[in-house]
Amino acid sequence: MSAVFVWIETFNGKAIPASWEALAAGKTLADQFGVPLTALVFGQNAAAVAAEAATYGASKALVSDDATLADFRLEPYAALLTKLVQDSSPKAVAAAATSRGRQLLAASAADTESPMLSDVLRLTVADDKASAERPAYAGKVLSDAAVTADGTQFVAIRSRAFKAAEPQAGAQAEVTTVAPVLSEDQIATKVEAFEAEVGTVNLTDAGIIVSGGRGMANNPKEPPAGTDKPDVWKAQDGFENVLKPMADALGAAVGASRAAVDAGYIPYAHQVGQTGKVVSPDLYIACGISGAIQHQAGMRTSKIIVAINKDPESPIFKMARYGLVGDLYQIVPALTEEIKKRLGK
Amino acid sequence: MHVVVFTRSTPDTAARVEVDGSGKVTWGDAATVVNPWDEYALEEAILQAKANGGKTTVIAIGPELHNEALKHSLAMGIDEAIRVWDDGLEGGDSLSYAVAAAAAVNKLGDVDLVLFGKESVDVGTDQHIYQTARKLGWTTLAYVSKIHAVDYAAKTIRVELLLEEGKQTVASKLPAVISVMKDINEPRYPSFIGIRKASKANIPVWSLAELGIGAPAPTTQVTAYRNLPARETKTEMIEGTPQEQAAALLDRLIEEKVL
Repeated sequence: MSAVFVWIETFNGKAIPASWEALAAGKTLADQFGVPLTALVFGQNAAAVAAEAATYGASKALVSDDATLADFRLEPYAALLTKLVQDSSPKAVAAAATSRGRQLLAASAADTESPMLSDVLRLTVADDKASAERPAYAGKVLSDAAVTADGTQFVAIRSRAFKAAEPQAGAQAEVTTVAPVLSEDQIATKVEAFEAEVGTVNLTDAGIIVSGGRGMANNPKEPPAGTDKPDVWKAQDGFENVLKPMADALGAAVGASRAAVDAGYIPYAHQVGQTGKVVSPDLYIACGISGAIQHQAGMRTSKIIVAINKDPESPIFKMARYGLVGDLYQIVPALTEEIKKRLGK
Repeated sequence: MHVVVFTRSTPDTAARVEVDGSGKVTWGDAATVVNPWDEYALEEAILQAKANGGKTTVIAIGPELHNEALKHSLAMGIDEAIRVWDDGLEGGDSLSYAVAAAAAVNKLGDVDLVLFGKESVDVGTDQHIYQTARKLGWTTLAYVSKIHAVDYAAKTIRVELLLEEGKQTVASKLPAVISVMKDINEPRYPSFIGIRKASKANIPVWSLAELGIGAPAPTTQVTAYRNLPARETKTEMIEGTPQEQAAALLDRLIEEKVL
């Protein structure tokens, strides 16, 4: 029995949206190979997530709900995936190319000496082997990579490159329960604490991103007397009280340029660009960002780019669909106001 | 205690990378530098060795171009540099990299910790990192933003991982392969003396025979590089007072159905 496996990544017992995109990518492979599409769901709430996977197109599901799989840890997850691959030799294994998905697929591909294509933007199959279009040189060029060896083909799917299927209510999958491979005392890694990043939307999943750059330091608000680094205070205040309200009104994630991160205006987790996150939202609003090539590499596949900058010569305007020359500290509050008015929030 | 860092040379982040008429990737006159993510791994190795009185080794797998990254590492203060290369590694993929990397670590013999930068900006993947860990049979700790504590005698390590949703603290065992994020430290600039010393360094090259392995067969192959499709550059400048600009922009965005 062969199949295409898709790992449905979960966090706190819920599937992440990119998993449904990976399932859609897996469906194209399953159709090409003429084999069933099997969802793999590990961890808490696995049965419910498997039922949801059925509505997104999985015809079968392998579930393993065990305390050792509650949090993602590479050791028990990879041991289980590797065993499932060894037992049933699927044609392919797909997952979202998230931090967890990349680790899991790479580890299991290594365990089973199998080919792996990562950050896949497009997939084709010829003679039973997959080829992928994927970014190289931090998104500055594209490359084609092809599977050349036999065996299970591992593909990690870039977020927002494939469209999730429309969920079909009432669709059912044939569910099989599988046992974990490692017991707790065989797992070296123990999770001790978790501190959630509060109030932010995940950048790589975001449909809309509002980003700030060096221009965030031009905040007209005066810092309290004796503030050590007035520029940093001004920019931080601007991110919190000017940019974030607009992001909230749009349901958007907050991003930043490397310059803003390096200057200490906002934590690194928000950085978009070559040494940060590579994103491709429907709408990217760059505020006070000049558009250095490192930044462009991280956001150039955004569908619509809006640039707000006081310098009309900024390179960012060359790639923007809409350009607004002016002071972001006047334009962004006006935009926030207008968004709330139009979107009725 | 012995910390190993894997690095490679990549085009400078400010470089304009293009595919030329013959399908080759070029970056013009731009400098070739140490992979930007690796600077954090190199810095962390130096800090770890200093705190624990151990030694550091940097390894690059690849042709002579990668001496650039090795020399930068030595100039920063890494003790030893080794380049692994062999005709049998030409055209390799992440799996062949992992096999060679694991063999090099095993040849050194006494390694407790292997560090990588988060990813390689040229090939644009991190899969070789986790695959190296699997080939070694060691623990993987990926996306580390802080090393809380390492006990080399008890062989334990506690780190903070940067997940998509927040920060996770985990405890695990050595030996381990870890990949580090940008906020783990502030990499030092190579000193003048360091640069002079590095420029004179004679970097040994280990072949597959010296690693005691055969040529690993690649399982995937890059078949072509292409330039990105040209971005639609028709920019509409929206003018007026901030309120007018805001209203006009909202009209357009609603028309484009992105809101």
